[in-house]
Amino acid sequence: MSDDRNKLTVSRRGLMKGSVVAGAALATPTFFTKGAYAATFRNDPTNSPTVTFGFNVPQTGAYADEGADELRAYKLAVKHINGEGDGGMLNTMKPLALEGNGVLGKKVEFVTGDTQTKSDAARASAKRMIEKDGVIMFSGGSSSGVAIAQQSLAQEMGVVFMCGLTHSNDTTGKDKRRYGFRHFFNAYMSGAALGPVLKDEYGTERRAYHLTADYTWGWTQEESIKNTTEALGWETVAAVRTPLGAGDFSQYITPVLNSGADVLILNHYGKDMVNSLTQAVQFGLRDKMVNGKQFEIIVPLYSRLMAQGAGENVKGILGSTNWHWSLQDEGSMAFVKSFGAEYGFPPSQAAHTCYVQTILYANACQMAGSFAPPQTIRALEDFEFDGMGNGPTLYRGADHQCFKKVLVVRGNENPTSQFDLLEVVKEVPAEAVTYDPAIFGGELGPYEVS
Amino acid sequence: MPTTPSFPKLQSELAIMAVFAAAVLTMPLWMAPFGAAYPDLLQKFAIYGIFAIGFNLLFGLTGYLSFGHAAFLGVGSYAAVWSFKLFTMNVLPAVVFGTLVASLFAVLIGFVALRRAGIYFSILTLALAQMSYNMAYSVLTPITNGETGLQLTQNDPRMIDHMFVDRGAGLPSTNLFGLEMSGYPGFYFCAVVLIIAFFISLRIFRSPFGLKLRAIKSNQTRMGYTGFNTRPHLLFAFIISGGFAGLAGSLLAITDPLAGAERMQWTASGEVVLMTILGGAGTLVGPLLGAGLIKYFENIFSAFNDSTLHEIFAFLPDGLESVVVFLVSPFVGEGWHLTLGALFMVIVIFLPGGIMEGLRRLSRLVRRPSAGRADQPQTQEG
Amino acid sequence: MDAFVLQILNGLDKGGAYALIALGLTLVFGTLGVVNFAHGALFMLGAFCAVAVEKLLTLSKQVKDESITFFDAYKEQPYLEIWWGDFGRAIIDYSVPLSILFAIPVMLLFGFVMERGLIRHFYKRSHAEQILVTFGLAIVLQEIIKAAFGANPIPQAAPEPVSGSANIGAWFGLGEAVVYPYWRLIYLFFSLSVIGGVFAFLNMTTYGMVVRAGMADRETVGLLGINIQKRFTVVFGLAAVAAGLAGVMYTPILPPDYHMGMDFLVLSFVVVVVGGMGSLPGAVAAGFLLGILQSFSSMTEVKSIIPGIDQIIIYLIAVAVLLVRPRGLMGRKGVMES
Repeated sequence: MSDDRNKLTVSRRGLMKGSVVAGAALATPTFFTKGAYAATFRNDPTNSPTVTFGFNVPQTGAYADEGADELRAYKLAVKHINGEGDGGMLNTMKPLALEGNGVLGKKVEFVTGDTQTKSDAARASAKRMIEKDGVIMFSGGSSSGVAIAQQSLAQEMGVVFMCGLTHSNDTTGKDKRRYGFRHFFNAYMSGAALGPVLKDEYGTERRAYHLTADYTWGWTQEESIKNTTEALGWETVAAVRTPLGAGDFSQYITPVLNSGADVLILNHYGKDMVNSLTQAVQFGLRDKMVNGKQFEIIVPLYSRLMAQGAGENVKGILGSTNWHWSLQDEGSMAFVKSFGAEYGFPPSQAAHTCYVQTILYANACQMAGSFAPPQTIRALEDFEFDGMGNGPTLYRGADHQCFKKVLVVRGNENPTSQFDLLEVVKEVPAEAVTYDPAIFGGELGPYEVS
Repeated sequence: MPTTPSFPKLQSELAIMAVFAAAVLTMPLWMAPFGAAYPDLLQKFAIYGIFAIGFNLLFGLTGYLSFGHAAFLGVGSYAAVWSFKLFTMNVLPAVVFGTLVASLFAVLIGFVALRRAGIYFSILTLALAQMSYNMAYSVLTPITNGETGLQLTQNDPRMIDHMFVDRGAGLPSTNLFGLEMSGYPGFYFCAVVLIIAFFISLRIFRSPFGLKLRAIKSNQTRMGYTGFNTRPHLLFAFIISGGFAGLAGSLLAITDPLAGAERMQWTASGEVVLMTILGGAGTLVGPLLGAGLIKYFENIFSAFNDSTLHEIFAFLPDGLESVVVFLVSPFVGEGWHLTLGALFMVIVIFLPGGIMEGLRRLSRLVRRPSAGRADQPQTQEG
Repeated sequence: MDAFVLQILNGLDKGGAYALIALGLTLVFGTLGVVNFAHGALFMLGAFCAVAVEKLLTLSKQVKDESITFFDAYKEQPYLEIWWGDFGRAIIDYSVPLSILFAIPVMLLFGFVMERGLIRHFYKRSHAEQILVTFGLAIVLQEIIKAAFGANPIPQAAPEPVSGSANIGAWFGLGEAVVYPYWRLIYLFFSLSVIGGVFAFLNMTTYGMVVRAGMADRETVGLLGINIQKRFTVVFGLAAVAAGLAGVMYTPILPPDYHMGMDFLVLSFVVVVVGGMGSLPGAVAAGFLLGILQSFSSMTEVKSIIPGIDQIIIYLIAVAVLLVRPRGLMGRKGVMES
């Protein structure tokens, strides 16, 4: 409950608000029963045998399937932290502080909520978790706008938010927060990873045409990819903004036909990507020869669930992704094994990042020996670990962004099963995608929030 | 009942207001058994209550069905956040600024949309609101911060605040002369505003102005023939209604200083229509009930998962418990939309007047046996 | 010039889709006087008829992929292909056109049940209540579809021979770059024929004339001893079929998901109102008008003059038309004005 905080604030201040406070006291019977001085941070679980995490994912709307997969991963992570199941990545993570008996001896419980992929709904749901269910950490994702809205709430409320799937540069750039952490990669890293592969595959003399979803994430991706391709020597013919959820993209695709461009870059995600890619292929773009070169389509941010929606059309199309179940390292295999045993199919990249984030947070609490956010945050900042599926990883303290391998993938031409939609072309090492945190600006804010 | 206009004495109004105020202010107590007694949801009840009351002033009284009311909510929010960014974190200027800007916006939209009636009016408001939403999401990003939503930042000017105090390390919080507006104080602030808004709505319902609006609803042509110019009255009602929405929007920004564009989407406009009809359009309390019910579903039903269900039904024998949980689970958690849709259908089919109609029937049912014995048997009652 | 031709084609194609959905909506409104917010859901149901047929046709023999040990992955081969070889493959390839045969009876039946079971009881109720109940139904329908098929889009391929693009430029002596997907041309042709069919039915058959008479004056037609009730059921069934077929045929263009009906709902209402409530030719004209204008406003040349115009053009046109022509392009006086 937040009451303790309010009381402390109030007692320092004037008489003026007396009446309101009286009302608050009357209305909140727990007000005096809780140790008003014991609690120094919100939702301190010290006197409770358990600790609660909040999992806030899209359960309705276009990303519901992705949200469902994230929820599966969270449940698995909680199981493993509590020492149930086969332990998954707890067996491979190095260094590991967790002991398989919960966090600091407390069993982990969880509550769930629906973000509806809307900032307002996500914040309302998160506030419910914080104010009513007393969560010590919340997590979830599928859209950058929603992630940014939640991590600024995290800062206001003093409860840590571990981002799920969010790819915008802003999340750990312009809008970064001390209480928000991102394991997922971002648009800049997509560009940096794709660059060399694009050069090898398509050469240095290309003319690119961008179709970009007309909102913040689309813009940051367009900018990052443009920087990369122009550095290769490619020319940008045009960058056209398309309305979110346009459905039919034909009026944006036909101008590509006689623009002289020989590469189409789709800065779309989710349904927009499924539709624009399907329609672009239908317009025969991929069969075209322009400037004596084969016309190519690139989808910088890929996910297996989206690839499923686009069906045959993804075959041979390059893009990048955070993680893929077919990786053969120890950590990935341990995760795929326990996820597969539990649910009967492989996890998506969204599930992977959510699972890892939960383990990382729990591990940080264990390392810090405390649930107090300032200590936990310091434990996570500049934490280096391995065995979580992306090789040696650094959680950079300066912007709370993870630096690790990024995968360049291609739509599989000859899938051997219904899950075998993407093939990994290249695992780009962390050094190749690392950048100076200063380029995106932003300020993390304080450790202690009143 | 409010549908039959009357001008009762001040005392009866005082009594209504006292009961209403008591009910609203004690919400943290009597909402607790429903699992809804936490600040954020209580704030949402009050805020969307104001929104629905305002909508009802237009739709319930004049019959003009606006499908774009969320635009005013959004504009109110943006204006309030800008007031925090530019001037001060004190909430009073934000409330005034938000309401005012939304009202001005309502003048503009009302002037255009009220040239038409019926469904043409509905589609005009819808079109204007969707235009606002689409622009706020993309082209107007410098003002609205697009998809991410308008937020406070470290280096906002906050001119008035910075004349008196230095910048702190973190972001400041919204306050009423030092009292922070998050948590329960935020709820009580919204509750007081709700009570005031309800009082205004009550006064309008029972004023000659309200009577004229109802006359427009029943037969506008005839009103026209009597030489009565309906347009200014309609416009005035539209502006008040938009102002209420702006007020609600600024309260959203006060309790949570972030304004997102999706607040203006047509689905948000549709939501307030549903709240009002669900509760009972044209009644004083109905829209409030509808707003509460929908927000309750959105926040509480959506959060049930299998383990919470097992807790709830733990009192049942094991086998039966599993069966019940199996039967209920498609309707909660990710299925909460299904329940909401089914609820709309059931209510409209069986209770055309919304929840208020249901309550009326219920009270009649309870009253009838005793009243029947005391007086003559009542045969006709509505 | 080429770009211009292509945008006209885009506009016609889009317009065909809008017109087709708006036609059913306005037919129901004009005859039954019901504002049907579930019309988008009917469109979506049609699309999922195609999905269901495709799932049925591609029922597969599953061969376990032994290289994957952590979960069961299968290489799938459809039974039809195993049994009938190339012929089976061809049937699967034509699953979208074939599902029309499935969608017609399903949608007709669904329309009948919906009219008899629900809509009929709302003829005399207020428009607000009609909106609420049909909106509720739309939510219920889409949640059922979501529970059955998931929230992700499910791709549907056009038949192989028409999956590519037609070189229209070569046909008409225009530039090389004037190519257009066969399926979109088929869709345009299809929507025009359905629209034509509906008009022919209403104008050239006695049955249709009675329905039109009922649209104008239901009571008199009833007094003449004609069972107008039954005809209304048929009209509603027809509207459901039109929406459903539009959905089936749209699947290769837009991979269907459970929410696609809602996405089209607002737009189709705008189209109907711009055309004039209750006017069938109005709905068709408005559909094409808005489609073409939307295409042109999306051109870079236009967008560079007025940024973001493609985001709002539909609504802008709606506002402009309604202000200049009080009842839309072809609306009648007194319909839905109170």
